Parts: sequence; C-alpha cells; structure tokens
Amino acid sequence: MAKHPVQFRLNGSDRATFVDGAENLLNTLRRGLGDFAPKYGCGQGTCGVCTVLVDGEPHLSCLTLAVACEGRHVETASGMADGPDFHPLQAAFMDHFAAQCGFCTPGMLTAARALLAKNPNPTRDEVVEAISGNICRCTGYEPIIAAILAAAGSSGARRA
Amino acid sequence: MLDVRTCASLAEAAGILSGDRQALLVGGGTLVMRDVNEGRLTDGTLVRVTDPALTQMSLSGARLELGAGVTMAMVLARPELAFLHGAARAIGGPAVRNMATIGGNLFAPMPYGDFTTALLALDALVVVQSGYGAGRPVPLEEFLAARERGSQGMVTALQVPRPQNPQHFHFRKISRVKPKGIAVLSIAAHLPLAGGRVAQARIAYGAMAPTPMRAKGVERALEGRALDAATLAAARQAALEGTRPETDAIASAWYRREVLPVHLARLLAGAAR
Amino acid sequence: MLEMRKDLFADERDDNLNEVGKGSQRQDMPGHVTARTRFFDDHAFDGLLHLKVVRSPHAHARIRSIDIAAAARAPGVKRVLRGADVPVNKNTLLSLINFGKDDEPTLAVSKVCYKGEPVVAIIADTEAQAHAARKLVRVEYEPLKPVFDVEEALKPGAPVVNETYPGNYFEYHERFDHQKLRFGDVDAAFARADQVVEARYQMSPIEHAPTETNGTIAAPEHNDRYVVHSCAQGLFFSLGTTAKILNLESNRLHFIGGTVGGGFGGKVDSLTEPLAVLGAMLTGRPVRYVLDREEEMLTGSPRGAERIYVKDGVMRDGRIVARHIRSYFDAGAYTRLSSYAAIKCTAHIPGPYSIPNVSSDVYVAYTNRCPSTAMRGFGVTAVDFAIEVHMDRVAEAVNMDPMELRILNAYRDGDMKAHRRVAKNTALIECVQVAAEKAGWPLSDTARRQTSVASGGAGERGQIPATVIDQRGQIGRPDTRTGGPTQTLPAGTTRIALSKEPVMEGARDGRAAPTQVPRYEPAPRHEPARAQPPAYAPQPAPPAPSYQPASPPPAPPAPAPSPAHTQHGAVRFSSVFGTRRR
Repeated sequence: MAKHPVQFRLNGSDRATFVDGAENLLNTLRRGLGDFAPKYGCGQGTCGVCTVLVDGEPHLSCLTLAVACEGRHVETASGMADGPDFHPLQAAFMDHFAAQCGFCTPGMLTAARALLAKNPNPTRDEVVEAISGNICRCTGYEPIIAAILAAAGSSGARRA
Repeated sequence: MLDVRTCASLAEAAGILSGDRQALLVGGGTLVMRDVNEGRLTDGTLVRVTDPALTQMSLSGARLELGAGVTMAMVLARPELAFLHGAARAIGGPAVRNMATIGGNLFAPMPYGDFTTALLALDALVVVQSGYGAGRPVPLEEFLAARERGSQGMVTALQVPRPQNPQHFHFRKISRVKPKGIAVLSIAAHLPLAGGRVAQARIAYGAMAPTPMRAKGVERALEGRALDAATLAAARQAALEGTRPETDAIASAWYRREVLPVHLARLLAGAAR
Repeated sequence: MLEMRKDLFADERDDNLNEVGKGSQRQDMPGHVTARTRFFDDHAFDGLLHLKVVRSPHAHARIRSIDIAAAARAPGVKRVLRGADVPVNKNTLLSLINFGKDDEPTLAVSKVCYKGEPVVAIIADTEAQAHAARKLVRVEYEPLKPVFDVEEALKPGAPVVNETYPGNYFEYHERFDHQKLRFGDVDAAFARADQVVEARYQMSPIEHAPTETNGTIAAPEHNDRYVVHSCAQGLFFSLGTTAKILNLESNRLHFIGGTVGGGFGGKVDSLTEPLAVLGAMLTGRPVRYVLDREEEMLTGSPRGAERIYVKDGVMRDGRIVARHIRSYFDAGAYTRLSSYAAIKCTAHIPGPYSIPNVSSDVYVAYTNRCPSTAMRGFGVTAVDFAIEVHMDRVAEAVNMDPMELRILNAYRDGDMKAHRRVAKNTALIECVQVAAEKAGWPLSDTARRQTSVASGGAGERGQIPATVIDQRGQIGRPDTRTGGPTQTLPAGTTRIALSKEPVMEGARDGRAAPTQVPRYEPAPRHEPARAQPPAYAPQPAPPAPSYQPASPPPAPPAPAPSPAHTQHGAVRFSSVFGTRRR
C-alpha cells in the first residue's frame, strides 16, 4: 500500500516522513521521527500520556491521524526545555516531586503547558480541569497540582 | 488494509461514502481511531473532510446551525452557545474537547454521547446528506433510531433551536470519577415554564439505552404542571419508563436503574428553585 | 505532613538520622521531566516487527483445532506461533525456587482455562498487519462448563480448571490442600467463650491499571545474545522465566529495564518477554510485543479475589480468646504467585493481636478467571480488611469502643505469636493512641496508659500453648477433609526449624525429596521482653534434642517423581517457600 508523505513542524524544526494511511500521530512521532516523549497508554483517549500540542492546543496523538497534521506545528515535552535550561514547569515538577514512575509526566507537562499559555494565573480548579484528561497512577495528583500552581506563580487562592 | 482519503469538499466525501460500503468518515478521531488502535477496524477507507463548511456556525437566528465538524472546544469558545457549555465541558478532558466533534458525538456508543443527550432535549435536527444531493434535516430522535438499525448518511450539520430562556435548560452528567469520568448516566432537560407550569417538557437520558433516549413518561408527568413535590414524585415514578441500560465497566444496568430516579429528582428540584 | 514522633520508643533508637525526614531529589527526576527517561518501548530498532496475540473468547473450552494457514499468508506476516513452537510450553513462575508444579502454557494447546488466554501469536511488519492477520486465525473450540466461584470450585464434581491440579486447589508440600496454622485449641476456647462472632468477607479482584501497559522489545544482539527491553518489575525473575521457557542459557539474555511505567505488582508475571524473545529468535529481527489497554485490563493479571470467614471467641470484657479463619484465595486459572499469597495470608493471621488460640485453613482455589498475581501486600490486604472489619463487629458485640478493643488485644513485646515467634518492636498500641488523638477520639485513661513495651509475654502470653493438630485436607485422603484432631502437642512444643538439617532425607540420590515431614521439639522458654534487650535481639537458637510425635501421621502416597523437585546439594529452610536450593 502506498505511503503518504506528511510534513509538519516538530518542536520548531521542519520534519517530513512517510506514513501508512491510517497511522496515528503517536506512532509517526515515536517510530517515524524518534521522539519518544509521547507514550502509548490506552489508544482510546482515556489516559492522556500521548498528549501533544497541535498549533498550541492539546491533542491526543494516539487518536490523531498523522496525515491530518500536514503543515501544522506539533510540540511535545521533548521541546520544552530551553537548551540546557528547564522550563519553569519542569523545574516545578522536580521541586514538588510531581513525578514518580515518570510515564505520565510528558503528557502531564504538555497539558499544563497548554493551560499556562492561555491562562498564566490559573486557580486550583482550573489546573484540575486542565489535567482532567491525564491519568497518573502514582502520585495522587496533589504534587502535580502544586507544581503547576507554583510554576504559574499562583497560590491558587487568589482567584479561587 | 486501511487507507485514508482526504476530501476538500463535503460533496466529494458524500459521494465516496455512498459508493463504498467500507468507507467511514473520520471526524475528530476519538471514536474511529480507537477502533483502529485496538485492531477492530483493519480494512476499508477512512474519509477525512477539510471543507471549511464542516466547521461553520451560524448563530444568529432562532435556529442555530452548527457544522458537524465543530468541536466541543469551539462550542465552549462561543458565548452565544452558553446553554450548551455544560454539556460540552462534560466531554473528556481539554485534549478530547479539541478533537471530539458534535457530529461524531451522534455516533458515540453507550455510555458515551453526553452532548447528543443535551441536543435531544433541545429537539435538534440532524442534517444528513446521502450521495451528491442536498442535505435533509432529520429529527435527532428519528436519526438515533435509524442509527440503531445501522442506516445513515453523512451528517453535515446540526440545527439546534435556541431555548427561549437558557435558564430553562438543565444538564447533569453522573460520573464516579471526579472531576471527569465516563458517564454512569446523563440527563438533559428543557423545561420551559409558562405561568409557573411546565409546557413542552423535553427530558433526555444518556447511557440508559443503546442510544440517548427521550424520557417520554417523565415528560407526560411534568406537562402542564408546576414543579411541586407531587409532580416530582410522579416524575420519579415514571423515570424508568422505556429505559434499556446495559452493564459495562462503569456501572451495572441495575445500578443505573437505581440511581436514575434519584438524579432526575435532584435535577427537577434544582429546576424548581 | 510528615511528623516524627520521636517521643515514642526513644530508648530503642539512635537519633542520628541523616536522610529520614529530609527532602532529597530523586536521581531519575531530570529524565522524567525532560522526557528523556527511556521506558521499554522507547527504543528505536530498524526493521522492528510487531507481535499480537489471538486470545480465547471462552472462559473454559477444549481446543479442537487451530488453523493458521490464512493468517500465515496475510500481507506483512513473518511468522505465526503456536504452542508447539514454544520450547518449554509449561511453566509456573515460582519454579525458579522449586515451588509448585509447572501448570501454565505460554500458548494454549489443548484447552483454554480463562477468557483472554493466549492461543496463537502473529508477528508482522506493522501492528495493523498483525491486527488484520489475527482475524484470519481459525480456532475451533468445544466450550466446557466453567467454574467462577472459589467454594464451588472445591466441591466434588466441579469442572477441572487446571489439569495439573485436578482438585482445583494448590497442593502444599505435596501433602495438604491448604495452608494450615494451628496454635492452642480453638474449639475448646470457643466452647468457653462468652460470645462467638462469625462473619464472611469477600474482596473483589483489582486491576493495577498501570499507565504503561505490559510489553517487551527483544532483538538479536551480537555475541549470539538477545537484548530484551522489558517492563518487568523483577528483571532477573523475568530473565530466569524467559530462559526456562525458551530453554536458553540465561547468559544469552541481556535484559534491560528497571524503568517501569507503573507496576504495582502487575509486571512480575513475564506476560510478554518469552514470546517477544522467541519471536526474535525465530525471525532474526527485533520484535515488539505490547499489550493494548483492553488486553491489559482484561488479561493482565489482577490482585486475586479472596473470600474469608472469620470466627472469634470473645469474653465479656473484650478479650479475644480464639480466632479461626477459613479463607479461599482465587488464583484464577493458573498458580502464578497465589500459592505464595496464601502463605503470606497465613503468616499474617491472626493480625497484630495476642490471641491464645488460633487456627486457619487457607485454600488457593483455581477458577476459570484471569490468573491473579502480586499487588501491594497481596495475601495480606484482604485478610487485614476482614480482620479489622471483624474487630469492629466484635467491639459492637461486646459493647466496647473499637479503638479500646484493639488496644486491649494488641500484641505487646514478648508475646508469643501464633507462628511461635516472639513479638518484638510492636507498636500497634501507640499507633491507635496517636490515631485517636489526631481524630479527636476519646480514649479511657486505661487505654491511654497502655504501652507496647510493658506486660508483654507475661505468663501464658509468652508461651506456646498445648496445640491440637490434625491431618485435615490430606491430598489423596478424602476421608481427612473434614477429619477432627489427630493429636495434641504438649505446651511449649514447636516444629524443628529445617535450617538445622543440612541435607533433606532422600535428596542426595536425585529422587524427589520427601517434603517436610513435620517434626517437633520443645520451644525455648522466652523470658518476658523487658528482661532482654528489646530491639535487635538475636533469635535464641533452638536446643538440639527433638521431640518426635508419639504417633507419626500416616504417610501420604508417594509423590510422582518430578525433576523440578530434585534437590541438589544443601537445602536451606525458608519460612516463605519451605525448602529451597542454594
């Protein structure tokens, strides 16, 4: 079966590859382009570990057709750090012990990044809503919520 | 093997879909790609539509027209659609809402399809296009009955009558996981009040039958009555009429039947306030 | 927030902690937040093949035929595997420590015992091709009557789930159909108790639901080895299991792992490693086998369900004088680790309480459910749930505050436990007192004054009572299933620790070693705890002379010779697994 060419920006760099017709973006990123930040957790839109940004908005890469990303900007957790410097969310996740096994962390960071880009000063409820599509089986979420609020420089109490 | 075709126009897509039994329209991907990932869908053609008409919204008249490709996030971005925000926000997390479309939600199997439940209580119409002809509006209830039988054309848009008073529209999704979870059930109610009495009540349930369903027994119990204790008791009595819930990983059919009247009564008590 | 209660047991501890109570950055954290941490699936291989499994749609069925011809011809398919392709297609996980009989195939051959059991494996160029070929495999089944309830499974005439264990129970020491604990005389104590409180408890199976599903990538490596990127929680356990199933020297397997995307016990079964490596061996290509979410939830082994009956004899003042527990651990279709769970369960009975008469019978029952496995305290969690709910019931029965009831019955240092070991470093009383304080729960002055380090081991509390033993549940002796006591061991008698036996009888000639014939000896007298150093006191060595039971129990039928049970060299006693090879 013929492969389909697809070209998009990945974390600021132009990338191009060929995909099987119904191939999902997750497989293209991981197996085609070697970006292992998004993970496979459920393949059905429940767990959020495959979360990436498409044109700045969070999407589930396991449910996204790779060909649908033609010409768009895809961002993953691999592109969060500014060179050797951690993104404030990454630093806050470290400080607040917001990762244990680390498997949900790239998706969780990506969901948080999308929130802070739109809403730099979220309430606790807004943080909870922003990560409501991301499952963490280790932490119980509280350290993650604390880390996101800390990265936002918000106590959460101000607007809550 | 499964291939994908990208169509620039709705007409082209409608043509492929009516001519190829193995062709399937993919919208946001939240339903179709799951079947691909789990190996249930291995053959045929996925049809993608990039026609901007699919995401158009016309929000001026008494009847709102929303393209089938409008996502939950697009609904949430429009203040004119505030009465639908509760139902749109009930769908998944932010990433799912950026992908899931209102047209796709019409095909979501139980226990999904909460947005369709809301539309059902609003007497929405589904614009269905078969072949190259023009779209034909079909009442949502009729469309869902046809869906259960397996016959359908391509959905291009939804027409939603704007409630005269958005305060008269209510929506509740019951989940066991907070803040977000798959529905144990959902209830939508449009309860226009005229002189303190309900006129033209519309109640819809999600996850209480293979497709979202109207609760006609409850509607009859409410019709022409004030939302007082006696009416609520009567509505509760009629709550289970016509329901056909299933047992799944979220809840048993028994549990759904047990809790439905409780949540219905809470919703109606809230509406009475 | 963390609170260090250093006022408690202050004299039992040097206060020179350098790390405890202080924050310390994990070394894997930078990798996690930059997404550079490599999980098993985060490895690129050129020419990677994908393995998918055809699973049984039936809970219990005879396999009549398997037709793979169409699947083998499907586009992209490189290889289709059946049971006959697996070098050693029968294994039990704990066989690595000589515990239990091989009972589980990697790919089912003659019958399937649970819904979702793997039957055929397909290896193809892409996942989509493997999915498509999976639909072309034709398996003809003859459905058999399934059994799903542990007690039904143990009834005579129940469908045989696992042909290795035709009685539907795990065979302990090739001798008993259950794990036994006997301490004192529960029946006599029930007869003189003021009240007997009895109840049934049921705990459901629980799926670990790790965000990373089980999976493996295996690839041929240089030097005739295979590199295996594994999700396993016990990497060397998985290596040993894979080596055995594939009949490979273990030094030909290069396992890489330790970075587990959530395990909680659900990644110790080597669900994917053997087939992935077999695929790499047979195709000469890297092979990836990852469970999808549905497979993980339906066939990734859960915490086993347990049904537990607790019967307590209680005096009017709240003292529990007898506790009998009968428990059924639902192994599902195969043993996996359930045999060990029942031992842990038995080791936990009667809970952290000083009870002078205790007995328990814990069964591992096979049912046509997904095999169960480890999960956070498995074996203990359910019996603890039962015991603690039962404590509340007992408190209600004797009209006593449930916290006070626990303090009254709690172990103190120096008390003799039902396992004939002396309780030390006990702290239940203090835990209950602090919990009550935090919850604003009023305790009586008496309860508040209690401490774990006083009055323990006093009088009979420190002694092994005269103990009624029985041969109930002897394998091959149905007449013993409900039999009564066979003898009473005098007070102070304990079983000889086998660590004192350098070699088991019969082990040197290479034949099956007779399993643990119980032998008894008088236990060492224990002084009350305060008379000896409270913490870190070495276990007193048992004295040499041994007490032989007056009438030895009838010998069980000779076990069939089994190479897996051949003992080589010295045998060491383990309280968990019985004997094991060194």
